[in-house]
Amino acid sequence: MLSRTASDLYWLSRYFERAENIARMLDVAWNLSLIPFAVNAREEISAPLVITGSGALYEQLHGEVRIDRVLHFFTLDENNPGSIFHCLRDARENAHAVRGKITSEMWESVNSTWLELRDIRALGVEGYGASEFFDWVKNRSHLFRGATYGTSMRNDAFRFLRLGTFIERADNTARILDVRHRSGVLAGDTAVDFYRWHALLRSVGAYEAYREIYSETINAERVAELLILRPEVPRSLRSCVQQLCELLPAIEGDAGQTAKRLAAVQFARLQYGDLGHIVDTGLHEYLTDFLRRINELADTIREEYLEVV
Amino acid sequence: MRSLSLPEVSGYDEMILPGGKVRDPYKGYHRWLLSQARDNLVRKRQEAELQFHRVGITFNVYGEESGTERLIPFDALPRVIPARDWRHLEAGAVQRVRALNMFLHDIYHDQAIVRDGRIPAEQIFGNSQYQPCMQDVDLPNQVYSQISGVDLIRDGEGTWYVLEDNLRTPSGVSYMIENRRMMMRLFPELFANQSVAPVEHYPSLLLETLQEDSGVSYPTVVLLTPGRFNSAYFEHAFLAQQMGIELVEGADLFVKDGFVYMRTTAGPQRVDVIYRRIDDDYLDPLAFRPDSMLGVPGLLSVYRQGNVILANAVGTGVGDDKSIYPYVPEMIRFYLDEEPILANVPTWQCRDPRALDHVLAHLPDLVVKEVHGAGGYGMLVGPAASEAELAAFRDRLKARPDNYIAQPTLSLSTCPIFVDEGIAPRHIDLRPFVLSGKESRLVPGGLTRVAMHAGCLVVNSSQGGGTKDTWVLEDGSC
Repeated sequence: MLSRTASDLYWLSRYFERAENIARMLDVAWNLSLIPFAVNAREEISAPLVITGSGALYEQLHGEVRIDRVLHFFTLDENNPGSIFHCLRDARENAHAVRGKITSEMWESVNSTWLELRDIRALGVEGYGASEFFDWVKNRSHLFRGATYGTSMRNDAFRFLRLGTFIERADNTARILDVRHRSGVLAGDTAVDFYRWHALLRSVGAYEAYREIYSETINAERVAELLILRPEVPRSLRSCVQQLCELLPAIEGDAGQTAKRLAAVQFARLQYGDLGHIVDTGLHEYLTDFLRRINELADTIREEYLEVV
Repeated sequence: MRSLSLPEVSGYDEMILPGGKVRDPYKGYHRWLLSQARDNLVRKRQEAELQFHRVGITFNVYGEESGTERLIPFDALPRVIPARDWRHLEAGAVQRVRALNMFLHDIYHDQAIVRDGRIPAEQIFGNSQYQPCMQDVDLPNQVYSQISGVDLIRDGEGTWYVLEDNLRTPSGVSYMIENRRMMMRLFPELFANQSVAPVEHYPSLLLETLQEDSGVSYPTVVLLTPGRFNSAYFEHAFLAQQMGIELVEGADLFVKDGFVYMRTTAGPQRVDVIYRRIDDDYLDPLAFRPDSMLGVPGLLSVYRQGNVILANAVGTGVGDDKSIYPYVPEMIRFYLDEEPILANVPTWQCRDPRALDHVLAHLPDLVVKEVHGAGGYGMLVGPAASEAELAAFRDRLKARPDNYIAQPTLSLSTCPIFVDEGIAPRHIDLRPFVLSGKESRLVPGGLTRVAMHAGCLVVNSSQGGGTKDTWVLEDGSC
């Protein structure tokens, strides 16, 4: 497959996944900011800025941290390259470039998402309804994923689409856990803690999984185990890296030796990792190291497949 | 659509005779038309529009934000050419392209036609499309223009003429194929009753033509596009997909050790044939425009070594230039020792003082064109011009006579189209596509372009022109 085509497919699904993750993250911040006894609503509202590392840009554009501005910044703000608007536009641009390589149903799901977003933009996110908007983004992402699974041939095009999804998802789960863990540890109030962990789990769609796997009160260590090591949870780091590990060797040709090795090493660390080691290392240190590794893998995929010189 | 009755026509109409009778080739279609309910036809037109949008057969007017693409208007009333007429056109187009390829080979080698005094040397070597870098480069099968579009028109008497040749990157063939698919989808019964010659195998003929130019046993063929913001991008993607070849941009290719490679996820892969839809000037920033971001640095040197095939060749533009056009009949006589089957539109070259006098005297009746112009720029349509415009053009002609040619204002033939009120005649032309490799190939018919507004003579899609399905009907099935 042409490297540029692979790159367009990879970024198409990365951007779509990123849009979904932003929606999930905002959904939580929005809901927490509405809880009356939140110790520090401002901290909840700032969390998305910390997670995505876009605090400086926000301050420059909007100044004071306010929930309505943060919402706009992450949803429809053209000046924020990390907004949902930007992600979905870039996803469509990438899809348009590879229209001949994806099925018409995949193309239509991406294209109609973009067209609907333009209508939503006319209303503004609060006019449309914030929760409705987050649900809409998640549903569009589900639809695109469903169209991909249901209609795409199982070839390299499919594999590069999936690679983009899992790189993006692993990065996102690690960041969200890191930020929430740091603020969660500080609270020390049982009720607030509960809402925070509950919100974190909901944001990655893993609340039901926690309830099913653990029959105890939500606590930091169990949440970390669930989202890092559990193979059953589709957004856990282990699940994401396992997918990467299976996808890379299936790509045709002998390229990508380093990428395959990095993925395999990282998978082994998760597959044979245990909670004790993570706690000893320190969750923040562990996740920082993971983020460094996953980004090294992403860079290597780019060098070995997508931007071959 | 209020009525299906046939309109009054003036000039030469393809379907309707003066007085309102239907010409023989259209009789089968007309019988069918009379049996149709009007609202059914309206519904089919809407269905066609919906389908074209869905499939994405669009003409890019790609605003960064809008993401809108415009449809080229499609008219559901076919243009019919009887098979015996087609055989005449086919022979004429093939003859013409053969002579043009021989001309290109000649001017980049021995220049016999110049030495023989048939074409003045400065007409060729002073032409901006002439590429000195092609001198003495030997091409496989001595073919320069693998894909040629020959634009044909009929005048008010119904006589066929060649209006111009397109030897660079002629486009429109995707509409020919999609129009046929659409007609078969909308009106399958029409095809059951009449034997319409097929056109949908064009991509496989094109692939064969591209492959047989290469000495490699299983050559890798790619289509090189300027990118998705190009107005013909849909066609590039369509043809690449139909031929099963990669659609590449300049940045996907690179030159190493005398060969061209494309960057793939499995490493570099050698490319043997490039069907390029990029103009000469943008092909290689090392050889042509240094600011071109669309091309491949070093491509020309690989090409000159014979390690990659380009279709069409570099330097074909000198063959389809308006200043060379008047000499094509002479080329046919010189290289083939045959008389031209298809006539040129009579052309006055203003560089000739006697012709200039004639043009100046008859300016209100003539069309004057810049020799290197395209797309209707720098053109004067005498009958439509004001006194002031005529006077201004007279001065320009006198100042630079060699920059202009003049032709009589032809009343193009018409063919009816569906309009909201019913059926109305509109001007049309025809572009058959001639493929040249070891042999010449073309599918019966071509692209019929139609001016959608009453009286309008411009059929270009950029000017709101539309297209029609073109039927070559076997004898006896009319």
